[in-house]
Amino acid sequence: MPQAAMGAAPDPVGVPRQIQKSLTFGEGGLAATFVLLALSSLTVASGAETAAYAFHAYLTALASIAAVFVIINHHVERPAALPAREIDGRPNYNVGPVKFATVAAVFWGIAGFLVGVIIAFQLAFPALNFDLPWTAFGRLRPLHTSAVIFAFGGNVLIGTSFYVVQRTCHARLVGYLAPWFVVLGYNFFIVVAGTGYLLGITQGKEYAEPEWYADLWLTVVWVTYLLVFLGTIWRRREPHIYVANWFYLAFIVTIAVLHLGNNAAVPVSIYSPKSYIVWSGVQDAMVQWWYGHNAVGFFLTAGFLAIMYYFIPKRAERPVYSYRLSIVHFWALIFIYIWAGPHHLHYTALPDWAQTLGMTFSIILWMPSWGGMINGLMTLSGAWDKLRTDPVLRMLVVSVAFYGMSTFEGPMMSVKSVNSLSHYTDWTIGHVHSGALGWVAYVSFGAIYCLVPWLWNRRQLYSLKLVNWHFWISTLGIVFYISAMWVAGILQGLMWRAYTSLGFLEYSFIETVEAMHPFYVIRAIGGVLFLLGALIMAFNLWMTVRSPDVEAAVSPAQNPALLPAE
Amino acid sequence: MNETYSALAAFAQTWGLLYFVALFACVLAYALSPRRGQEFDAAARLPLSED
Repeated sequence: MPQAAMGAAPDPVGVPRQIQKSLTFGEGGLAATFVLLALSSLTVASGAETAAYAFHAYLTALASIAAVFVIINHHVERPAALPAREIDGRPNYNVGPVKFATVAAVFWGIAGFLVGVIIAFQLAFPALNFDLPWTAFGRLRPLHTSAVIFAFGGNVLIGTSFYVVQRTCHARLVGYLAPWFVVLGYNFFIVVAGTGYLLGITQGKEYAEPEWYADLWLTVVWVTYLLVFLGTIWRRREPHIYVANWFYLAFIVTIAVLHLGNNAAVPVSIYSPKSYIVWSGVQDAMVQWWYGHNAVGFFLTAGFLAIMYYFIPKRAERPVYSYRLSIVHFWALIFIYIWAGPHHLHYTALPDWAQTLGMTFSIILWMPSWGGMINGLMTLSGAWDKLRTDPVLRMLVVSVAFYGMSTFEGPMMSVKSVNSLSHYTDWTIGHVHSGALGWVAYVSFGAIYCLVPWLWNRRQLYSLKLVNWHFWISTLGIVFYISAMWVAGILQGLMWRAYTSLGFLEYSFIETVEAMHPFYVIRAIGGVLFLLGALIMAFNLWMTVRSPDVEAAVSPAQNPALLPAE
Repeated sequence: MNETYSALAAFAQTWGLLYFVALFACVLAYALSPRRGQEFDAAARLPLSED
């Protein structure tokens, strides 16, 4: 945290230098809150019903005490005046929290991809479960999904949203400690969630596994996030609210609502990690998939579309193809997405009309999705040649192409008759990963490749050649992954529904499992390639930050003086 | 119970639908209005026009 103050630059012009340093309300209040949190965590730890829960209570106490020390230490070391909003009439952007989130995203990304590779090999070779509870597939699988979606994706979203909202509003991020509270608090939630899965703490709801106390903590962090974001928009000097900020705002608000609705649980006791959801039976299932599908729609889509609408124009140096289309895209997407959840519950106890409703809205979603995709791709008009020379832009554009592909596949799979073949098979896994690897991860990689040189004041990346390697290796990995899962899924679905002439099922379940083996191996190899690409990225970024010398070595093509005038 | 359900469903299927259609019509009117051409052209360049 102390770096933030140093990044906050010299004393603001026009402010008297002899300001009396005093503890701000935020510093004092936050430190006091953390003291209380530490004390109550220790109380809970002393009476905790399970060892895993006691571990979380001690972890919280430790983190709270660390937070108090950091806040006080930071107060002692900082200059008397808080960082100015503007220096010489230009916004004094707050980049510290953005840097932290970017580094965290790369770290969690690699951790999440690695766990993905491990569980992929576990499916191909079950002996790799080691017969231990902590390494069993059932515990590692949510670790993988949460690490890639919430830890990697979440840090990318928080980092880029804090960057983009400042730049497009021409205003410094609101709050002094609040942005740091958001990034650090969010990452603490990730640690609690992840360690909880390994120790067997889960409420068993897909993508909402963390138990009640972690959920409460996330609620506090998320509301702070919303306030910081809204406050910055409120403070803007640019009258128009740029479309990317609309997408970010929809993402933040909707995730808050989904999180509260799907985690309406009553804890057994304050000393127990276990809680019970207030919804029951099919209503619980419906709330879960209203949550689950909109986590895809608003976390993995709306948030990353915001990235698309900022980073593609920026990197291509072209304006958004049609700003009108972007507005229609936004409203149509958020109007329609929220109704599509029931398609996860085809042929279940959910009433038929609700299933059909979910299917219908999923199909209508084609239109805003493809409208958005076309808008993203056409932003390159007049700059298509850059795809040949700039692998970062290529990554961003390929991500939009994958977005188009998986938003075509998704509605198709939501059609009931298609779903009767695809549901519960690996086709679904293939679909999810064409979206997650091809769209979400690629647009994130593109954004990170742009952000790192900007944040650390480097002229360019350490090596574009390595970006090229990253691009091709991981693209090959994605192709291995999704094509193996398509074949596996359709094979599986057809084997499950095959009957003999006497009307018996033709295959036993274990025969269909055995048939999957080669595809599981191919999928795991695809995962290894994707992980390899991410490691190349991490090395490239590390070298970009480490070597300031690259500034001198600018190739002629990169020289702005040689670009045609606009 | 059933009556509450039917009443809510009937409301959602008529007024709820009309409300959403009207809201979306407003969005379209805002987005497509020729008066805002210049504003939107400037907005489309926002990522490029920062310092």
